[in-house]
Amino acid sequence: MSSKPTNVVIAGLGGQGVIKASDILADVAFSSGLDVKKSELHGMSQRGGSVSSDVRFGERVFSPMVPEKEADFLLVIAPDQVEVNAAVLGQNGILIEPSQIDESSLSNKKSINVALLGVLSRHLQFSVEAWTAALKRNLPERLHEANLMAFSIGRANERIMGQGK
Amino acid sequence: MAAFDAGVKLGTGYPGTPSTEILETFESLGGRAQWSPNEKVALEVGIGVAFAGARALVTMKHVGLNVAADPLFTVAYTRLDGALVVVSADDPAMASSQNEQDNRRYALAAGVPMLEPSDSQEAYEFTLRAIDISERWQVPVLLRMTTRVCHSKTVVRRATVAIPPPRPAHFEHDFPSRVMIPAYARPAHLRLRKTLAQIAAWNDEAGPNQLVAGSSSLGIITSGVAFQYVREVAGEASVLKLGMTYPLPLERMRSFAASVERCVVIEEGDPYLVEGARTAGIAVEAKPEIFRFGELNSGRVRRILDSDDSPEPKPVRGRPPALCPGCPHRAVYTALKNLNCIVSGDIGCYSLGVLPPFEAMDTLVCMGAAIGVGLGLRHSLPPEEARRVVSVIGDSTFVHSGITGLVEMVYNPPASGHVVLILDNGTTAMTGMQEHPGTGRTLAHAKTGKVVFEDLVRSLGVRNVHVVDPAPDPAGFQELIQACLDTPELSVVIARRDCLLATRAIREYERCNEQQTN
Ligand SMILES: Cc1ncc(C[n+]2csc(CCOP(=O)(O)OP(=O)(O)O)c2C)c(N)n1
Ligand code: SF4
Repeated sequence: MSSKPTNVVIAGLGGQGVIKASDILADVAFSSGLDVKKSELHGMSQRGGSVSSDVRFGERVFSPMVPEKEADFLLVIAPDQVEVNAAVLGQNGILIEPSQIDESSLSNKKSINVALLGVLSRHLQFSVEAWTAALKRNLPERLHEANLMAFSIGRANERIMGQGK
Repeated sequence: MAAFDAGVKLGTGYPGTPSTEILETFESLGGRAQWSPNEKVALEVGIGVAFAGARALVTMKHVGLNVAADPLFTVAYTRLDGALVVVSADDPAMASSQNEQDNRRYALAAGVPMLEPSDSQEAYEFTLRAIDISERWQVPVLLRMTTRVCHSKTVVRRATVAIPPPRPAHFEHDFPSRVMIPAYARPAHLRLRKTLAQIAAWNDEAGPNQLVAGSSSLGIITSGVAFQYVREVAGEASVLKLGMTYPLPLERMRSFAASVERCVVIEEGDPYLVEGARTAGIAVEAKPEIFRFGELNSGRVRRILDSDDSPEPKPVRGRPPALCPGCPHRAVYTALKNLNCIVSGDIGCYSLGVLPPFEAMDTLVCMGAAIGVGLGLRHSLPPEEARRVVSVIGDSTFVHSGITGLVEMVYNPPASGHVVLILDNGTTAMTGMQEHPGTGRTLAHAKTGKVVFEDLVRSLGVRNVHVVDPAPDPAGFQELIQACLDTPELSVVIARRDCLLATRAIREYERCNEQQTN
């Protein structure tokens, strides 16, 4: 059997950039040569309902959904969505949430999704160059600067947070 | 993408989660795609394209096929010169729909061959194959997707299936094959059944089905996305994955079932494959009834294989959607609630008026039903209740199937009159801001002919027509509704204010179109 895929669930509310964050993550994994599958639930998302997206990558991935209790990472953009999604997290799964970012350090508060990807990036083996390229491919040019900043803030932050736990 | 690579001449459809993105993507790649007022018209236009010898792709969500069922059942009898592929996007678990009907039943009922992709790569390949099958046997083909195939992205390699290039469009008279009067339809039905028998034989021999060799103790017959879950949890099992599920490759299924000790069918939704197999005398094990509801996933497939039908843990509910703050529909529901109206509702963002704090929608059945159901209530309730009935319908829904309801109202008016509220927010908001004939812009947002609701309504003979923006003066709006309820005349109130989330985009499209005409 080939090695198990890495399972990431990204969750939040409609309009918070859940799908965008998962697009970027899937892009990084794909451009690094992995098999990637991604699945999302967004019924009537524009009105602030719950949204979540599953991203799985590895040598070979079958189901596009992360099985219950098998998420390696749960990245939640809206604090009140942690509880709703907690069941997907595996035993050693890692929760990444907005309290790990100092929001006032972001030039654009909307880029919190990307800042949290920065936190996640510390745990994954993809290079900063691959992340930067994926961010640029998935965002319009006028948002590049703010989001690259947010990403590096998230990536730098994790070390401090990690020690705190 | 496949539609583009296959030289599809025209893509038509009506929006509906989870099918909406297909035409939008096709258009963005440079294909010609257009939104129709509803699915029936979309399919009819597609039929014309295929009669002309060209390739047509028609997309809709599962309930859309109900609307398009009339042309579907009869086009199956006709002989196509080009290709006609109908994409039906099913929504088991009702992530965003009013029911979880299983459209594989339509293929069987109408006699239309059907393919079921299991991931994005197959969605690509099967679209090409569907076009090929459609042209080879001159029949329409259904491409049945589900939410998890539509709303998942997996890596796709292009041009893995070779099909002949499209032929130039051209019309040949062929009355017996295309004019379905009874004299021609009787032999046409015989011809269809013969063609289906040929396709079934081909499917047995060379259809897009896949055998994964494995243990002889457990065999699994599956199709669509369920295949992925099976591979995830039962890596050791032998698997027969069906790509074409109508007509079924019964001989392959028979020999597969005979080659294993235990043969289980894993399918999402209705026991469609199970019934097909059993009718043909193939002994297979079906999933327990509880797995008919909702969608499958790896965990549930494991339970099916373990024959575990114990109650499942209830999933934690996420936050339900609510009308956006600042949504123009809010003022309308506030008024309806204050007036204690009986509201015959419809489908769209405005369906959320049923939830607190408004709780001002009493019925919702299917698109367009608001007007007919409202009239039925008016006809039968005692006068003091009848006078409180209002039909509420969105702009896109009004064009989709509300116009005939309005004709009914003019033709058979209730004694107490009636009040229809058209919530014109300038877009199809619910499914992600698509254009429709009332916006005067095409799928690609270019300027085109515009259906002006107030002109249309007046032309039908309704005299009491009001166009208002409900937001700036809620009290005035409420008085207007009250006045309409008080008269026994027929009234139509068009509440016009752009969807808050679409306002910026609409302004931008209008500016671009303005520049182009100057
Ligand atoms: C037959 C059918 N086709 C498509 C859909 C999906 N759908 C539900 S409501 C809707 C349109 C809503 O637009 P509108 O009436 O303008 O209301 P809004 O969301 O803008 O408030 C669509 C496309 C459906 N439920 N049934
Ligand atoms: S998307 Fe538009 S129509 Fe729908 S709730 Fe929000 S503002 Fe209202």
